[in-house]
Amino acid sequence: MLSDGAVLLKLEGISKYYGSFKANDQISLEILPGEIHALLGENGAGKSTLVKMLYGSLQPDEGQIHWEGNAVNINNPAEARELGVGMVFQHFSLFNALTVAENVALALPPGKSLKQVSQELEEISSSYGLPLQANARIHDLSVGERQRVEIVRCLLQHPKLIILDEPTSVLTPQESEDLFKVLRRLSDEGKAILYISHKLSEVQSLCQEATILRHGQVVGECVPGDETPISLAKMMVGSDIHELSPREVAVAEGEVVLKVSNLTLDGETGFDTRLQNVSFTLHRGEISGVAGIAGNGQNELFDAISGERLSEPSAVEINGEPVGQKGILQRRQLGAMYISEERLGHAAVPEFSLSENVILTRHGIENNLSDGLFVSRKSARDVKDQIVEKFDVRKGTADPLAQSLSGGNLQKFVLGREVMGDADIIIVNQPTWGVDAGSAAHIRQTLVDLAETGAAILVISQDLDELFEVTDAIATLTEGQLSEFVPTRSTNRQQVGLQMTSDAH
Amino acid sequence: MKLELSKRSAPSIVMTYLSPLIGLSLALVAGAIMFMFLGKPPLQALYAYFIEPISELWSVHELLIKAAPLILMGAGLCVCYQSNNWNIGAEGQMIIGGMAGSALPVMFPEFSGPLVLPLMIVFGMLGGMLYAAIPALLKTRFKTNEILTSLMLVYVAQMILDWTVRGPWRNPEGLNFPETRRFDAFARIPEMLPADGRANFGFIIAIVVAILIWVLMSKTLKGFQVKVIGASPRAAKFAGFDAKHMVFFAFMLAGATAGLAGTIEVAGATGQLLPTISPGYGFTAIIVAFLGRLNPIGAIVAGLVLALTFLGGEAAQITIGVSDKAARVFQGLILFFVLACDTLILYRVRLIFGDKTAAKGAA
Repeated sequence: MLSDGAVLLKLEGISKYYGSFKANDQISLEILPGEIHALLGENGAGKSTLVKMLYGSLQPDEGQIHWEGNAVNINNPAEARELGVGMVFQHFSLFNALTVAENVALALPPGKSLKQVSQELEEISSSYGLPLQANARIHDLSVGERQRVEIVRCLLQHPKLIILDEPTSVLTPQESEDLFKVLRRLSDEGKAILYISHKLSEVQSLCQEATILRHGQVVGECVPGDETPISLAKMMVGSDIHELSPREVAVAEGEVVLKVSNLTLDGETGFDTRLQNVSFTLHRGEISGVAGIAGNGQNELFDAISGERLSEPSAVEINGEPVGQKGILQRRQLGAMYISEERLGHAAVPEFSLSENVILTRHGIENNLSDGLFVSRKSARDVKDQIVEKFDVRKGTADPLAQSLSGGNLQKFVLGREVMGDADIIIVNQPTWGVDAGSAAHIRQTLVDLAETGAAILVISQDLDELFEVTDAIATLTEGQLSEFVPTRSTNRQQVGLQMTSDAH
Repeated sequence: MKLELSKRSAPSIVMTYLSPLIGLSLALVAGAIMFMFLGKPPLQALYAYFIEPISELWSVHELLIKAAPLILMGAGLCVCYQSNNWNIGAEGQMIIGGMAGSALPVMFPEFSGPLVLPLMIVFGMLGGMLYAAIPALLKTRFKTNEILTSLMLVYVAQMILDWTVRGPWRNPEGLNFPETRRFDAFARIPEMLPADGRANFGFIIAIVVAILIWVLMSKTLKGFQVKVIGASPRAAKFAGFDAKHMVFFAFMLAGATAGLAGTIEVAGATGQLLPTISPGYGFTAIIVAFLGRLNPIGAIVAGLVLALTFLGGEAAQITIGVSDKAARVFQGLILFFVLACDTLILYRVRLIFGDKTAAKGAA
């Protein structure tokens, strides 16, 4: 149908506006059949918006999409699928309580029985090396297997273009390699792949062409194999990235400030992870890292240490004092500060101003803010100003709503709020998730500096690169069980990656 | 052609103040259309409803009497709604509170002196608080939907009042009419300016309470808790705030204001318990809270506006011959249009003509 060399997908001057904000600004690119094309850019560069327009979830405000040489309007995902565009989402659109076959059938046009769908999906999945059981329930599957369901669901519709949005953010290093094998095979079969990522090493090894977005515009096109990660990063960010100053720290030598002993906690809902016999110590002046893919108990561990979930009294000890039954406010008063994964909706109230969000976690520990009865909004504004200055929080107005800040700036604010007053113990969950490279570097340097002044820090993160850059000791959390902490210098990504794979699969 | 809603980057401050006014205006227009369909001259009808009642001093007094319970309950409900506790049962809490406040003069009429009125007020507030604690308990223990329970308890309260007034509390010297004895002077709330009209100090009490609740909401840690728990329960947990305590706090505060409103109604304008003591003030108070943008000071203004609709309804029966139920229609229209106009605060509304390439640039 398509002659060799003819372009499969061509975007011409695509723009998308939200009010006065240009999410996509005159974007043009071309993809040939069988090409693995990377879409590179930081968080907020406009990659997801562009891709949603290819998939029919959004319509462009300007510009034209050309498919196989014809100008098309893709009005909804069903039309996109009919054209031959398939998408594997970053955040899976799967129903946990349904089976694999049921989830796949939901995306297919009507006409096939569930049995037919089951047969087809099992055939296709095993032929591509992504074996799946049609009657397995999603919530029993690992994240890697759930992604397989998304991919197989896509393949069953015989796409000509497959879009993958940050697929390896939820995979172990080994699973990522397996995925790349599948993608290379699909490319050999003539399917084009649009690969969205901010992981430069992957893009280099996998992709043949790359388009780089920054602030909604195309700022560069290149062949990734000809570039270095640093040159790619520079194009993505537009400037040099601050390099972290390395630390030489002996592990497990400082005074023990936080001790978790045999922490066992049942999940609150059917889909939570049960923590089993988690034990470790945090030492003054050290940064300890907990690696692991999302969904292995990170949030449960965080909630148990913060006090949002109570446990046995001696399961958690702060400076020797059993606090398992004490709430989060009391734990903060003992010098432990917490930075949660979700900035909006957990660490901060999106519709409140920054100064009001200061009161949120500091009301029990800063006397100027509240005497127990009244709150002083003026003091809150003063603290907010201090945080903004010290942590380089960029914002529009003097005291904006939390939701109007970019991810990176809000994260800097949230971090600054917690560490302002000489925190002894800092527990942070996903410190730089969704944060631009500049702010991420700033945040990591802040953590390192805090450890230098004697704080004990626990970093829970899905980003192995980050953990290897910042931590002194590292352990993995798999299905609610924590491995032994080992000095970071004595291990490497492969070993940790192996530990992250659960035994059952 | 299509109607497009584009989200604003920040809530519009201009619209925050303007949208209730736009909503009110739209309600007036809709009301005028309704009158046209009823065969009544629209402008005259609107005049009878909204201007006439405040054109004479005695009528303004009546306005204050009607506004007092609306302001009280509206302010209390602001706290409930801001914390995501949907108390629909203020009417029932008012009734039980009114009954509790009447217990002294009805059951112990010989007990006299300056202590009676303060005690009545305290009992009234306690009665409303305890009655409001029921949906709160059901919500925290059993996760039962408080909208349903508080609403259903209204009907229970109405029946209890009716039975009590016809039965054990019936005025022994009352010729068998379903009403309690009339309260003596010390059990009545004194009038403010008796020469000009019937308004009593209940109105002043209502204003003071509304201001106190405003102080609570904007200046205290408790008020901050209310807003956090309402805006983001997860963030509230992170802050160490207890959402279950807040359910009780919010409901019982609203119950106390409702009980106070009930006592003021009974000990003020009426002077006795009757089978019904409220023409639906507890439900209208919900509209007062929203029209006042869930701000107790706004509730003062909104209470006066809605009291006006009640007065207008009564007056219009005579002047234009429309059923006073039209007043309830107005109140519903006001709530509807005010909530609809709230959209303007968060979204910009545009009409788009032609295809997508024509609509370009900043809105």
